[in-house]
Amino acid sequence: MSIRTVTEIRPRDLPGEAERLLGDGYRLALVSAHEQARGFGLVYLFTAADPDRRSELRLLVPFENPAVPSLAGLSFPAGRFEREVRDLYGVTPLDHPLPRRLVRHHHWPRGWYPMRADAGPPPSFGDPEGPFPFVTVAGPGAFEIPVGPVHAGLIEPGHFRFSVVGESIIKLKARLWFVHRGIEKLFRGRAVADGLPLAERVSGDTSLGHALAYCLAVEEALGVTVEPEAQARRAVLLELERLYNHVTDLGALCNDVAHSILHAQAGRVRERLLRINAEVTGHRLLREAVSVGEVKLRSLPDPAQLREIGADVAEIAALALGHKVVADRFTGTAVLGAQAAKDLGTLGYVARASGLDVDARRDHPTLDLGAFPPAVESGGDVLARFQVRVREIAASIELIARLLDRPPATVPATGPQGTGVGIVEGWRGTIVHRVELGADGTLAHVKIVDPSFFNWPALPVALRGAIVPDFPLVNKSFNLSYAGNDL
Amino acid sequence: MTGVAGVVLQVLLVAVGSPLLVGVMRQVRARLEGRAGAGLWQPWRDLRKLMRKQAITPAGTGWVFRAAPMVLAGTALVVAAVVPLVTTESPLDGVADLFAVTALLALGSVALALAGLDTGTAFGGMGASREVTVLALVEPTILVSVFALSIPAGSTNLGELVAAAEANWLSLLSPVTLLAAVALAIVSIAESGRIPVDNPATHLELTMIHEAMILEYAGPDLALIEWASAMRLTLLLGLLAGLFAPWGIATAGAGALGLLVAAIVVVVKVTVLGVALAAGEVFMAKLRLFRIPELLAGSFLMALLAVAASYFLV
Repeated sequence: MSIRTVTEIRPRDLPGEAERLLGDGYRLALVSAHEQARGFGLVYLFTAADPDRRSELRLLVPFENPAVPSLAGLSFPAGRFEREVRDLYGVTPLDHPLPRRLVRHHHWPRGWYPMRADAGPPPSFGDPEGPFPFVTVAGPGAFEIPVGPVHAGLIEPGHFRFSVVGESIIKLKARLWFVHRGIEKLFRGRAVADGLPLAERVSGDTSLGHALAYCLAVEEALGVTVEPEAQARRAVLLELERLYNHVTDLGALCNDVAHSILHAQAGRVRERLLRINAEVTGHRLLREAVSVGEVKLRSLPDPAQLREIGADVAEIAALALGHKVVADRFTGTAVLGAQAAKDLGTLGYVARASGLDVDARRDHPTLDLGAFPPAVESGGDVLARFQVRVREIAASIELIARLLDRPPATVPATGPQGTGVGIVEGWRGTIVHRVELGADGTLAHVKIVDPSFFNWPALPVALRGAIVPDFPLVNKSFNLSYAGNDL
Repeated sequence: MTGVAGVVLQVLLVAVGSPLLVGVMRQVRARLEGRAGAGLWQPWRDLRKLMRKQAITPAGTGWVFRAAPMVLAGTALVVAAVVPLVTTESPLDGVADLFAVTALLALGSVALALAGLDTGTAFGGMGASREVTVLALVEPTILVSVFALSIPAGSTNLGELVAAAEANWLSLLSPVTLLAAVALAIVSIAESGRIPVDNPATHLELTMIHEAMILEYAGPDLALIEWASAMRLTLLLGLLAGLFAPWGIATAGAGALGLLVAAIVVVVKVTVLGVALAAGEVFMAKLRLFRIPELLAGSFLMALLAVAASYFLV
């Protein structure tokens, strides 16, 4: 049974409390800021596995010169959360070691904080402070390659600044937040049911993961209990989302090394999975199936059909890894070491491919899944990320069969609290939503954390020493969401 | 007179047929991958679409950028007039030298690399740098393997080489030809930017070689480059076919019927080679960039062995 402890603390006690929790095996899962009557309320949500533990630190900082002590020295993700809060709300982290702007676009005027209630309309485009101060790499033969945010293909916007010598990458800086939509602000004041379509659109390929995390958070806030069968069906949908995305990316990885026949074959399998999605929920991307307290399915997927698809995928994967050139391109490319993966707080298959045994399906369960070993590899390279996903496809299919066969017992929910946290292992990694309901039952504040927020900093680390033409392959092996990160 | 007619015929064949060859190759790939494909005429439709667009050049580029497509297409057309595809009896026989042909093709590549540099963008420079790296490894292989082939014939004149081989086709059955053929086939694939060296279908700007150089081109200029690239591919395949399977090429004194037969034969040969190349590509993946020099060094070694063999086995 997951119990979320809430501690109200003074800002100056924050580092001590955080250090204690991090020492106890917790990780910082979410930092949320919002305007209250007397100042900015900040929430630091820490989570730990085995058993499922969640601990919230709440503090209040005044509107006048809002500032908090920085946790960047204790946890790398904390430093990024603090910069996000500073750029969006204007709460300054004191003594931050890397205080550069994170979310803030270069056309946002200094002192304009878009998520505040009185922010007003977005400013017109301009260049008040000039270009972003990229760290320049100097030396014989060193030069810069700027890529994006507009790319040659139809992909999401991000700017990558490569500092290279010849083809070797010395340093890579990724600038994101070109699709910052202020989606968390759009939740405010909506009825709970009206928040669901927004949650489904946080990141188009993770419609169900975000919708489910949102529903779990709202259910905890309202004290709604969900039938075990419904909870099991939700878990089935979550696996269906994992399946179609993993299959897509296995094909895309083959395509990025120009092995197009496997890409075409993976595309065929993907289409079959999307059609199953449509049969099960009425929507190819699994939208509008999950809602607060319930789940509506048109039919159940057929485990035999899924197993047949699983055999197909296994054959495609074996063909890819059996191909000498493909295996050569994957092996040893862009290694993310276990220590780096842990320090950066990576999640999902990126973490598991670097040897970290993390999976919210086991660590923060809604269902008692019994023995559930996540697929873990130790290589940390493109090959390991490929293999983890191949294994997860097989595991997902077996899990679906098990869930349909006999719904396991649910983990009981707690009573109404006014606030709630939903944790879901989406296909990319652990998604966390936190909602706060107002006195009238509408949404007062929603904070969303997509695993991409944690995983993006790992990409430049993994790419150090790689060569420029391998970047698209490596980027695809991470396949991080821009929309989910930028919100 | 048949010489002039033959040359006109082969230039027309190359100019009109090369986009079709690209269309055939794409269609073969599509069908093998289980896709419907866009049809044989799609490259021509693309060219027509591009030709109708406004000509546009990026700010800051100079005459190098504007001249490069013309140079590329021009050299390809000259090579089309010179190499023995339909007839060995070209009026331009004096320049139908293998070294001259290689140099003409290299001139086109260099013009494009300079144009890539002229744009001043990171991609233009990156593409040019990679292209020149490949070029520097391709050129020696072509020269050495040609040298190996020219030793039995005693000439580097293409017409004479082909005529000699056609007259005495048993001479083709030697390790010299085999080694030179493999070496030339590998460098032809590299030179025309096909898998496993380059991927003509990619949209990933960071992996590109040829495509990165021409990223800034649009409209008619791009059409010219696409057309010239198709012609270069056709010429390289035609040259391979001519050197190692010379049957059917019209020699001096062939009549109109001979030319017609030669034209059909060359179309068949180039199509067969193109289909084989496309089918092979389906089962290949693109090499890591730093493995490409290894592949090309291997082909150079084969060319060198061909030269050695030609001395030992004569």
